Amino acid sequence: MAPEGAARPGALQVGQVIDGFRLEERTHQGGMATLWRVTAVDPQAQGVPDLPLIMKLPRIKGGDDPTTIVGFEVEQMILPALSGVHVPRFVAKGDFTRLPYIVMERIAGPSLRARFDAAPLPLDEVVQIGAKVATALHDLHRQHVVHLDVKPSNIMFRPAVDGQGGQAVLIDFGLSRHDQLPDLLEEEFELPMGTSPYMSPEQVQFVRNDPRSDLFSLGVLLYHLTTGTRPFGAPTTVRGLRQRLYRDPVSPRSLRADCPAWLQEVILRCLEVDPAQRHQTAAQLAFDLQNPDQVALTERAERLARSGRLGVMRRWLAAIGHESKHVVGAAELTARSPILLAALDIGGAQPALLEAVRHTVQRLLQTEPGARLACLAVMKINRIGMDELVDADGASRHLNLLVQLKHWARPIVQALASANGDAPAGRMTFHVLEAPDAAAAIIDYAHKNQVDHIVMGARSSGGLRRYLGSVSSRVVAESDCTVTVVRALATRD
Amino acid sequence: MKLALVADLHANREAVTAVLTHAQASGAQRCVFLGDFVGYGADPGWVVDLLREHVARGAIAVLGNHDAAVVQGPLPSMIPEARQVVAWTRAQLSPAQLEFMASLPLSVTEQDLLFVHANAWSPADWGYIVNRADAVRSLQSTACQITFCGHTHVPALYHLTATGKSGDFSPTPGVAIPLSAQRRWLAIPGSCGQPRDGDPAACYALFDSDERILTFQRVPYDHDAAAAKVRAAGLPTSLAERLIHGA
Repeated sequence: MAPEGAARPGALQVGQVIDGFRLEERTHQGGMATLWRVTAVDPQAQGVPDLPLIMKLPRIKGGDDPTTIVGFEVEQMILPALSGVHVPRFVAKGDFTRLPYIVMERIAGPSLRARFDAAPLPLDEVVQIGAKVATALHDLHRQHVVHLDVKPSNIMFRPAVDGQGGQAVLIDFGLSRHDQLPDLLEEEFELPMGTSPYMSPEQVQFVRNDPRSDLFSLGVLLYHLTTGTRPFGAPTTVRGLRQRLYRDPVSPRSLRADCPAWLQEVILRCLEVDPAQRHQTAAQLAFDLQNPDQVALTERAERLARSGRLGVMRRWLAAIGHESKHVVGAAELTARSPILLAALDIGGAQPALLEAVRHTVQRLLQTEPGARLACLAVMKINRIGMDELVDADGASRHLNLLVQLKHWARPIVQALASANGDAPAGRMTFHVLEAPDAAAAIIDYAHKNQVDHIVMGARSSGGLRRYLGSVSSRVVAESDCTVTVVRALATRD
Repeated sequence: MKLALVADLHANREAVTAVLTHAQASGAQRCVFLGDFVGYGADPGWVVDLLREHVARGAIAVLGNHDAAVVQGPLPSMIPEARQVVAWTRAQLSPAQLEFMASLPLSVTEQDLLFVHANAWSPADWGYIVNRADAVRSLQSTACQITFCGHTHVPALYHLTATGKSGDFSPTPGVAIPLSAQRRWLAIPGSCGQPRDGDPAACYALFDSDERILTFQRVPYDHDAAAAKVRAAGLPTSLAERLIHGA
């Protein structure tokens, strides 16, 4: 329904200038959109950042093509609302009354599509890709957006230089849902929307606002990268799509013997039909992928056979009666399931201070039933790589700190267990970092694992500590998350 | 140009002051008042005078059902409480103030924007837009791309495509919403002087007519003071309670 007089994307030519952007080269001609590499004619006057740019133009077939038109309208609405390294930076847009386009940052790195065709991939590459994409999804969810079309061709990676960069970038927001903006697609389709192999059970049932849908799609992707096959095929009918509501996938380990139990646990958890059984946030998924030894293994990890006929029947009956439940928005769910980090000077701090930290942590966990707690101690070494950490002394120091951490956390574990009736599997993890600088190690760990809230003790009032400066004040100053510094109440004379 | 859209002021001086201060600080260059300047609240004269000043400086103002009732005087069909408020309000206003209100149009069209108090299908009959069907009916009764109205006291945003697909949306305050040229929109900023969605903070909206970006706003104000004035004026106490609870 492009109005008369609008320029037709098909008629565009190299050198042509559209609203101050010169077309340099057509880089992609797809079914839904055409991509041109463009340059700004006068970047300063146009206020265009100094970035390589592309212009995306929808391919509108005939007079009535709601999929493309509305999808493009959605992307034009959502992309400008997003920021950060995990999305292409928005630069300009042109509306449908003249020529619809979006100008955005061109991501120089490759799309995942290229590696995808080489699946099965080495396991460490699968895990690395998974952690990067989960990190990007968490950033998106925190900005109120559920992507709803996570698949290899919509994932790119920034170029990695000297260990920097390499972040996953999510593209194509044509099916996305921003929970603080109108859903323009709400009434648009009579069939489920998405890409059939990756579509979550909720999407099959027309639910468009659950961020955990993206974790399902990422699970499909990780399954494929691990095994070289699709967990639910590529159905072309609604009936075929609905099968994922009751037919469980073949376990990854039965397709690939060297797939570790923990990875199968993570992948099959992503593929749970009920979103409440998946990781509650992408950050929690990224955390598991980055801390394999801390993944709580369940029956999923060992599963080799698919459900028998009875099991399938039971799941099928459940799927028939399954009404999609009300879900909260992306950012709210993310906020409800935070990752807490208790950073403890387990060997050095006064018992009263350690107890005060524990009380604070316990209170936070009580108010946040979806929270995860990572308990962390730093084992100070002189310089990374210089100490003989593998020696008997180092190993026993490391183990000793771990034992003390777990002992410290016992009352929390017990309180959680009595509140829930069972052990809080996977909600608590324990880590001993070996680093020369405790503050830097805590800050770095919190950043990499997308920790939402650090709880730690204040420095004691000793003269030496005052002279050396405190770990907590540096963590407060330099962390990119909330930090609570706890003090033990001083006894009064 | 950045417009401040203010609806259902209802003689609430405290709320109007807070909203206009917020709008000015947010860069609003022109006000659009979407009707119901008086009724319910204790400061009708002050609000009408402020309105006259703004209109003299280029603001848009359209007539609301409460304004029409005050101009005409109480009607026998009104419930006693409403008759009481209308009679009291009319007694507070000078002939010049009443004359000004009587001169206000039912709707104003500027370029592709329609401003009207209740709806586009029959502005003088004051039918409410409370759901998608009502919004579609209104949108189909005007050629304008964007309609702004008041009357329901609840912030809402509706949209309609050329193929007849519609949607409704409860806006989040402070979030900029780009209104795509590809569909038509109907926006209700909510009530400035008597919010009814459970939040006592005053409602209004900012619209950037060049960038086509709409932002709903909530402005907390001294609703206790406004409620105390309602009681002191001898108006029904339920009207004071509404201001405190926003319902």
